[in-house]
Amino acid sequence: MSMPDPFPLENIIDNFNGRVSVAANVTDMPCVVVSPKDLVALCLFLRDDQAFKFNFMADICGVDFYPNLPRYQLVYHLYSISLGWRLRIKCPLEDPPTAPTITHIWTTANWHEREAYDMFGIVFEDHPDLRRIYMWQEFEGWPMRRDFPLRGYKDKYNPFGAERPGAAPSITKGPIGDIL
Amino acid sequence: MTDVNIIHESNNEDGLSREVLMNLGPQHPSTHGVLRLLLQMDGEIVKRIEPHIGLLHRGTEKLCENFTYTQIFPLTDRLDYLCQPSNNLGYALAVEALLDIKAPERAQYIRVLMAELSRISGHLLITGALPMDVGAITTLLYTMRDREMIMDLMEMISGARMHTSFCRVGGVREDLPEGCTERIIEFCDIFEQRITDYEDLVGNNRVFLARVENVGNITGEDAIALGLSGPCLRASGVDWDIRRDAPYEIYDKLDFNVIVRNDGDCYDRWKCRVDEMYESLKMIRQCVDQMQPGPVLIADPKIAFPVNKDLLAHSMETQIHHFKLAAEGFKVPKGEVYTAIEAPKGELGFYIISDGTEKPFRVKIRAPSFVNLQALTDRTTNMKYLADVIAMIGSLDPVMKEVDK
Repeated sequence: MSMPDPFPLENIIDNFNGRVSVAANVTDMPCVVVSPKDLVALCLFLRDDQAFKFNFMADICGVDFYPNLPRYQLVYHLYSISLGWRLRIKCPLEDPPTAPTITHIWTTANWHEREAYDMFGIVFEDHPDLRRIYMWQEFEGWPMRRDFPLRGYKDKYNPFGAERPGAAPSITKGPIGDIL
Repeated sequence: MTDVNIIHESNNEDGLSREVLMNLGPQHPSTHGVLRLLLQMDGEIVKRIEPHIGLLHRGTEKLCENFTYTQIFPLTDRLDYLCQPSNNLGYALAVEALLDIKAPERAQYIRVLMAELSRISGHLLITGALPMDVGAITTLLYTMRDREMIMDLMEMISGARMHTSFCRVGGVREDLPEGCTERIIEFCDIFEQRITDYEDLVGNNRVFLARVENVGNITGEDAIALGLSGPCLRASGVDWDIRRDAPYEIYDKLDFNVIVRNDGDCYDRWKCRVDEMYESLKMIRQCVDQMQPGPVLIADPKIAFPVNKDLLAHSMETQIHHFKLAAEGFKVPKGEVYTAIEAPKGELGFYIISDGTEKPFRVKIRAPSFVNLQALTDRTTNMKYLADVIAMIGSLDPVMKEVDK
């Protein structure tokens, strides 16, 4: 990465007064951790502050750390086209996972968030169009979660799938299932 | 569901207005694969576009979590199937960053050489396909003919025309075959003239220009907010190319121009790619000139497969390493990395989280086509008629396999 000046990471930390912390053990680019309730404020600050100008939202990645807690995490990758900086934002989420949408900050977030919803069941509050994007709308379950079998669940179209867990409450039937 | 549904009928003073909901695709030549669009139409005027994707979803990321690091290379081939070496390169760089190793210099040259060849192959498709979408089939036949030369070169280097899988963690599979560089230079000489031919063929054609000029304009600011990257972004006047601004491999040793155009319409996105092919040719020539003999794979038997096949037949130790590597893979230290490369379609990012085992914990692929395609839903671009939508899809150049992952 070409970084002409050292990245002013302290600026972010100072500005948010303890609500944003530096992620440990990340070496490839600056990385901050933020809770979902401060995410929107942080994103707005990073986009609009003249010292950062993070105008390009490259990617949103959902992660499931099952069986560890907090189980879910959203990872945002930002890039500043004019200054050439990259930044990673990590946002740990509780179960059931909900996060604020950032579509009003970067339009591109729309499909990325739909993907995270489709694959992990992460619900983005106030998202303009939160529907599945890859799987069909009637699909049950969240394919990228660690407890979702690689071959899917057995049904009449998928004879090689895994058996559905019997008595245990299905994770798809929680409050997230009601959104569909 | 029938193909056309009447959703709204009203009788205002201009006469009868009838809005219909119409399917475009998933089986239509202009959708470049299996893209399905729901169009809300008022006569010929498009009111709303709703893309439906996912028909080719193969769960690449889920598969990656269950494959060893080496086994993932063929999966990356199947993302953007027009430029596999680029995808291989992006993934290899991410794993190498996790392992904190670097490929030998010759391997880096070979990777860049192949990536640039494949960039031409990818851009050739849109050079022909956009005119085809708007009615000029001839160009596609010629570009496909010339793409065959690149396919032949790929076959000569790797043995496969499409899915090359030539990269390995720590280098490339083997050295270039004898006589390959001469063939590549020969290709460059022939091909330079051919690009000019395409431009003469359609670049100044009045019908073609009428269909693509001033259609689907995206301003630079909108393009950034939409997350466009690569030629789609540069056509809107944003001067950003990862090869120049954050050079990976040996791009900092190459001399090339970044093509930037200002209107951001369908023509500019097309023209930007045509001009980029000249630059790619320049880079290929420089790679061939600068390349020095040397190893093509790092000399770490725990990570790299043995290059010397004789050794494999006679040395017990090499056999054991080979067996362990093929059966179990290698362990990658804990950590996470995001690497971005300039793939032909835009920023191709690989975000890998490693938990210290032979298989990645999470692989996230930032597929440029997926992000670029979203620009279709943007209503600020001037796509008034159905015909404009076709031109817009063609100029965004999505590869559906990459969109659907």
